[in-house]
Parts: sequence; C-alpha cells; structure tokens
Amino acid sequence: MAAPADLSGKKQSSYELMSAENKAMQDDPTLNPAMFWVAEGESLWQAKSGTKNIACSQCHSDLKKSMRGVATQYPKMIKGKLQTLEGQINQCRIGAQGAPALAYESKELLSLTALIALQSKGMPIAVNESPQNKEELKKGQQWFNKRLGQLNLSCAQCHEDRAGLKLGGSPIPQGHPNAYPIYRLEWQTLGSLQRRLRNCMSGVRAQQFEYGSPEMAQLELFLMWRARGMPLEAPGVRP
Amino acid sequence: MSKTSRTSITMPSSAKKGAIIEIRAIAQHDMESGFRYTESGKLIPRDIIRTFTCSYNNVEVFKADFYPGIGANPLITFTTIASDSGMLEFKWLGDDGYEAVNQARITVS
Repeated sequence: MAAPADLSGKKQSSYELMSAENKAMQDDPTLNPAMFWVAEGESLWQAKSGTKNIACSQCHSDLKKSMRGVATQYPKMIKGKLQTLEGQINQCRIGAQGAPALAYESKELLSLTALIALQSKGMPIAVNESPQNKEELKKGQQWFNKRLGQLNLSCAQCHEDRAGLKLGGSPIPQGHPNAYPIYRLEWQTLGSLQRRLRNCMSGVRAQQFEYGSPEMAQLELFLMWRARGMPLEAPGVRP
Repeated sequence: MSKTSRTSITMPSSAKKGAIIEIRAIAQHDMESGFRYTESGKLIPRDIIRTFTCSYNNVEVFKADFYPGIGANPLITFTTIASDSGMLEFKWLGDDGYEAVNQARITVS
C-alpha cells in the first residue's frame, strides 16, 4: 500500500508517554488491575458453555501454546469476512459452543480477550497486507484519513500530523493499538480498542461506529497494519 | 447472600526477624460512589468497600477506611515488621454484605 501511513521516524508506543508510576503499574502483574480480568478469563476458558456443553480448553487445549501469537494477527480474513479478535471469540461461542454471543465491553468478552492477548505479550504485531485483506485495509485507511464530525477532524490530523504535540495538556500519541484491551484509569475498568475509537469519535462530535461493525473492523485492521512490528503490551495500562 | 470478588496479596514468604516487609493488597471492585446516574437518570446506589484490615497472628497491624472518593480496583501498599512466623489475614468488608478474605503465611528467621 502507499506510503502515507509510514510514520517518519520511529513508531512510538504511548507507553513511552506515561508517568513512571503508570509504567510500573503496567509492567508489574501484581499492580496491573487488568490481571483480574485475565484470571476471570482463565476460569471462563475452562468453563463448559452453550448447548454443546464444551469449554474453550477442549478444542484449543493448552492455552499457552494454542493462543501464542494469535492476537498479533487480528483482525484477519476468515472465510471471506474480516474478523476481529472479539468477533472471532463470539464466532467460536456461536459455532463451536452453541452459546449466545457475548456483548461488547461485557466482563466476559473482555476477560477472554485479555487472556488471549496476554499470550502474545512481547511478540511483534504481524498484520500484513495480503490479496485477501487488501480491499478492507484500503477502506480502513480511508476511514483513518476521512474528516468526521462537527469538528471535522480525521484520525490522521491528530495522530499522524500532530502526534507528539499536546492537546489540552495531554500528549497526542501516535495511536497504535499495541496494548489492547487496556485498563484505562479514566474508565476505571478494562476496555477494548473499539471503545477507545468510539471515544475519539465522540470527541470530534461524530456519529460513532457501532461495536462489531465492518467499519470498526476495517479501521482496526488499518491501525494494526500501521503498527506492524511493534511488540504487543497487552493488557496495557493507560492514563 | 454475601458478595465477594477477586483480591490478591503480594508479600514476601520469608523474612529476617525485625525486618520491614512491604505488603500489597489489591481488590477487584467497582467502588460505585453513589453519586452517579444511569443514562435514564436513575441514581446508582453506593456500593463500595468500607474497610480493609490486616491482622498478623490475630493482632491487628493495619486498618484502612474507604470512602466514595476512592477509585475502582483499589490498591493498598503498607509495611509492617516481621516479628514471628505465622499467618497474616486480610479482610475486606463493604456495602451490601461484601466480604473478601485472604491469608498468607510468613516464615521469620
């Protein structure tokens, strides 16, 4: 794909912009509140569910092996459809377990996502352009550069053109999704990338994309592609 | 019925007699302040942890009172002096019958 998303200079995780206290909170599992969700995810992983009464662990066996690196590849094309990690967890629930889909931002879905993302901690994001995802990636890039809302701003105007400057006293990060799901201190809870994106959309007074919508998946795909090579920090802590 | 949630304690499992040991206690709790409203305008009732106590061989060595201004998933870090081998018990009590208990053993040499 064309060059504009190639950030001049080095890709920077917003971890670098945090205070020493917040960095310590992310790095030390005994301080990171997101570990509570991971623990919850571990019990859900073992729990039988749905009409087929089967647990995640029965198909995927050893979590540490089967889920290693998985989170670095999403969103990806599965059977012709662009699927996010959350979307794929729900696909598994509906298809393999015969259970109802979990709501976005529900404790259960966040817990499973956090558990799976943790298995890829430190591994580089591995979303690349392929003939299958080319179209979706292009649409994601268009969303990223499209002016939205009453403030008429695009993602790129802040997170590309003005990254490293300040907005209302806070540094503007480059906007890489390398730590999701994150424990955001402002939220006082764990949240997904889509929640964070909806945050920005409401900030520019735009109509927010729906949770789990194709537009969200396209934007997620573009952002992951843009951050390719960066190590995953999930579950991260952000101010 | 009493409510509970995940809690976790981080402290050394052994220490020299008279040494100062650091203890970290964290609880998963929403700490709902009682000042917030739902989207439909209904007041969300207060639901917070009210007290945290640590007893060392059945002697209370640390106590904290919690108020609505304390954020979700509270973390407490405090120190005590390793006096004898034995058991430390940590107890969180809160609104609506909330209760969580942790225990940790320490060997003092």
